[in-house]
Amino acid sequence: MTIPDVKERWTNTINEVTIGATKEQGGTRAKTLTVGGQTTLPFLTFEGALPHPPVIAGYVADTVPDWPEPLKRAVGNEINSPAEWAQKCVEQFGVDCISLAMIGADPAVKNASPADCARVVADVLKAVKVPLIIWGCGDDEKDNLILPECSQAARGENCLIGPAKETNYRTVVAICKADKHKIIAEAPVDINIGKQVNILLQDAGFDLKDVVMFQTTAALGYGLDYVYTILERARSTGLKGDKLMAMPQICDVGGETWRVKEAVADEDILPGWGRLEKRGPMWEAVCAASYLQAGADILVMAHPDAMQRLRKTIQRFLP
Amino acid sequence: MLLIGERINTGFKDIKAAVMNKDGDVIKEWATKQAQAKADYIDVNLGAVSSRPEDLCWMIEQVQAVVDTPISIDNNKPLMLKEAIPVCKKPPLVNSTTAVEEKLNELLPIVAEHNASIIGLVMDETGSPKSLDQRIEVAGKIFAKVLEFDIPPEHLFLDPIAMPLKFMQDQASQVLKAASQFTLFSDPPCHIVCGLSNVSNGAKHKSLINRTFVAMLIANGLDAVICNVLDEELVNSILTAELIMNRSIYADSYVEAFRK
Repeated sequence: MTIPDVKERWTNTINEVTIGATKEQGGTRAKTLTVGGQTTLPFLTFEGALPHPPVIAGYVADTVPDWPEPLKRAVGNEINSPAEWAQKCVEQFGVDCISLAMIGADPAVKNASPADCARVVADVLKAVKVPLIIWGCGDDEKDNLILPECSQAARGENCLIGPAKETNYRTVVAICKADKHKIIAEAPVDINIGKQVNILLQDAGFDLKDVVMFQTTAALGYGLDYVYTILERARSTGLKGDKLMAMPQICDVGGETWRVKEAVADEDILPGWGRLEKRGPMWEAVCAASYLQAGADILVMAHPDAMQRLRKTIQRFLP
Repeated sequence: MLLIGERINTGFKDIKAAVMNKDGDVIKEWATKQAQAKADYIDVNLGAVSSRPEDLCWMIEQVQAVVDTPISIDNNKPLMLKEAIPVCKKPPLVNSTTAVEEKLNELLPIVAEHNASIIGLVMDETGSPKSLDQRIEVAGKIFAKVLEFDIPPEHLFLDPIAMPLKFMQDQASQVLKAASQFTLFSDPPCHIVCGLSNVSNGAKHKSLINRTFVAMLIANGLDAVICNVLDEELVNSILTAELIMNRSIYADSYVEAFRK
């Protein structure tokens, strides 16, 4: 008896998105980075193509985040300078690109000015030669002020900029079209809004082939399963032929993990949970490994040990 | 959902005149309109206007001159198909065969050879079955025969055959049940298709009946339909039924997004 062929045959391909621009392309990056292009679910290479394995983006912020000591120690003193922090990410942690978050621009944090943010972008671009992802602070009003400046500062560098949400997408589309960047489309753990944001971007004249979806990210224990299913469903829908959902996906694992008690509180508060120094990076790595299998293409990571574990996991999943 | 545009059919006066006068513009116009309306296949029907393969090929060429949508060749004569299929730039859909053994033996090798797909009408020498069991039996016969010729199930479109509601009211529910049963033949299943307009034949409220029936068919596994793809209300019902069946993802602007 012959064994029936049970391979899934998908009709569509996930969009390929390239970020970064070399000198020849009008930028100053040493090389570009491409994600997407899959013709099947994550790592099922016996079924289809995985031309670009998932990549690790090193978390860098314009301001020192409110992180637990073990993480700050692991990053080192460089955490005080975005440019040096980015450099360390590339040179010592081996990241594929830098993810720069303007958390200090938040009116509730430091209310850093658009000019301050633009300066940070310029410094980081000067310090490293890998492609750059730029995030606003999450406050729509403030992002409308800082993102145009950041975009200008990185003009021609083909960055990935966001987030574009239902509430602010027009500004993000305008600046990314003007300065030739790619867009991160954000939806709050809601696949229907996710699709709607993509429709809005398309209506505003932005090519969906230049979009990466961000379904937001939840840390392990804080709704990871919800986000996981959304990533997974978006991916299978895209593969089935829904061109409005066929984008690569990004997860901010570092930004989310280091806010939850399991990655923040040490044994004095959580007796029996083990040393935070070891537990924190494990929490981040496990969270990332889960999203990897749900369909994440870009994973923003904070702790060097978690990055290393994730890199090993990716290698192990590849044929 | 695969939409098969029905408009290029010599049953329509303008198409008949176009074929007789070799006026390609009319055909090109309908091909463009249907492609813009997101037809997945464009049906080309020469009807009784001519029995010459070159006329059918000419029609296909007119369509392909303006759009790259795959063709559904509305013909079941092997001689015609042997000429017409190679003209198609993409693997076509052959519309259609019945479960008559002789017909299947003639057509399926041609379909297999060209990697084409085929619509199997659930009827045999005795005509359309009246009962559910008969429908399943006849469909099963087509399905088995298709596999015999090494045609993958996804290249088969089974049509349970809609009957005019006005004249055979009891048949509609049987058709729905049959469609649902056909999906169980294999995994992944073959396609389930329907020539929709038949259900409203002779009726006063044709489009209302069409779009109500298509929604009910979709709930029973229909994933392809031969219809007037320019009927926006009909297509909106199809889009909505697909959402209700959770086959596509809801977004507030799902109707507008489809027409982009």
